Amino acid sequence: MDWSPLLISLATSLAATAVTLVAGLAAAAWRQNRAGAGAALVDGIFILPLVLPPTVVGFLLLLLFGRNGPLGKLLLQFGATVVFSWPATVIAATVVAFPLMYITARAALEQVDPHLLQAARTLGASEARIFREVALPLAWPGVLAGTILSFARALGEFGATLMLAGNIPGKTETIPIAIYFAVEANEIQRAMAWCAVDVGISIALLGGLYYWTHAQRLRRERWGQH
Amino acid sequence: MSLEVQIEKKLADFKLEVAFRATEAPLSILGASGAGKSMLLRCIAGLERPARGRITLNDRVLFDSDRRVGIPARERRIGMLFQHYALFPHRTVAQNIAFGLHDLPRQDQAARTASLVSRTHLAGLEQRYPRELSGGEQQRTALARALAIQPEALLLDEPLSALDTHLRSQVEAQLQETFASYRRPALLVTHNMEEAYRLGEQLLVLARGRVAAFGAKEEIFRRPTTSEVARLTGCKNISRAHANSDGTMEALDWACRLRLRQAPGAAPKYIGIRAHHIDFLESPGEAASEPNVFPCWIVRTSETPFRITVFLSLDPQRAEAGEAQLQAEVFKEKWERFRDRPQPWRVRLSPESLFAMPE
Repeated sequence: MDWSPLLISLATSLAATAVTLVAGLAAAAWRQNRAGAGAALVDGIFILPLVLPPTVVGFLLLLLFGRNGPLGKLLLQFGATVVFSWPATVIAATVVAFPLMYITARAALEQVDPHLLQAARTLGASEARIFREVALPLAWPGVLAGTILSFARALGEFGATLMLAGNIPGKTETIPIAIYFAVEANEIQRAMAWCAVDVGISIALLGGLYYWTHAQRLRRERWGQH
Repeated sequence: MSLEVQIEKKLADFKLEVAFRATEAPLSILGASGAGKSMLLRCIAGLERPARGRITLNDRVLFDSDRRVGIPARERRIGMLFQHYALFPHRTVAQNIAFGLHDLPRQDQAARTASLVSRTHLAGLEQRYPRELSGGEQQRTALARALAIQPEALLLDEPLSALDTHLRSQVEAQLQETFASYRRPALLVTHNMEEAYRLGEQLLVLARGRVAAFGAKEEIFRRPTTSEVARLTGCKNISRAHANSDGTMEALDWACRLRLRQAPGAAPKYIGIRAHHIDFLESPGEAASEPNVFPCWIVRTSETPFRITVFLSLDPQRAEAGEAQLQAEVFKEKWERFRDRPQPWRVRLSPESLFAMPE
């Protein structure tokens, strides 16, 4: 059996999760202490990929990164094409996973008692240090939950990936795509095998999450977080 | 060493408009909940921005709306003690105290933390998390953390309100000790007049965003300048009043004519006396010729552990109807001697204890 879809899926999901974690945290931190119509509009744009059908997201990405798209043209000047390449799977997975990270990270940061941040300010700490040493450690459980959700979403991504990256075995063929084409080619055994792999990864993920939240709960009891 | 504040800020239903100057003596800011006390501290600390005004600390301008100066909180070097302490739950006592010492070399951080730990009697608790501390210990940790940055002024927001009664006197002693060695501007906000009196040397009474009184605490408590200040400083007996041409005053709510130690100033509108200054005459012949002695009827009483509050009226008909106009506070021992005597008793509103107020 060719294991490349597993490796591609894991590599894609890990890369997308890493990008999502950084971008989602940055966006959530930026959004803190901001209110008004502008911020609400930005919110809407950040969350849009969650509510749009993945095929629509994929199509919009195709327009953006295609040969005549603004980003596609720009990248072409550096001799790079994104469409139907491995990075395309990462881009598609990142865009659809980002809203989950953004929403959970924002909610987790909002849970942090603002008096703690104010106390840190009066003690001379810079905003960056307050984020690093006060807000983030206290919001971390929520941020981690967002990371796991994002990873799961990236792992399951199908529609946008197919639109932007296609189905190139050994290059852009992720597990969900492999399953789809296996079923289409009536290779039921192969489809079932990949389904089993996906279920295994999901259970491992949930198990890890359960174990981690349990450990975290013990630690937080010591902190007395409410 | 001085902190000069003159600010205006619009709040939900009134405007905070305050000007005062604090020196090394601790200043208590007394006001009812929602009088703008916390907002005032937050403006000084740089956590809120006043609409207008000027804040200077020693020779540094922290805020000046005319010159568009607004130093951020982290550069103000003002220590703030939050009402619920705002300790970092994920940091130990020692790490909390050292938070503001980030820019110092590690050795100095440790040395200064150790000295603060001993000054605030936290030895042995350095590795505990805030959750594992008692209320008093949490408070001392927050105090040590605020003092660690060697602040040029100290702001305390209701420092005792989150504590159980039996801890308060202990924590109060710690605060007094801190103030005694601090000798820099220290502002303490409270809604409790006894706390305000015990902890501050100067007193500022804040009512609906305005300074109702500011000065030496003894004087403000002895002679409140307005009925609002009288109420906020715990005066239970305030009557509408007007002056008579012979220098006496007519207390309209109490229904009596009163003589004061000195003739009231221009157009007094209120007269007041504190509950513990109201005196019952023990023997029938005593001080028969003294001014301001009236027959009185007891309407009801209310008991506290050591004292009795007596609600009374100078008018038998109103007493009969259950309406009391005055309340007196007497120790239980004295009450025991009185309680079974036939009414009316005789009450004295001594001229020395009465004060007239223009508004």
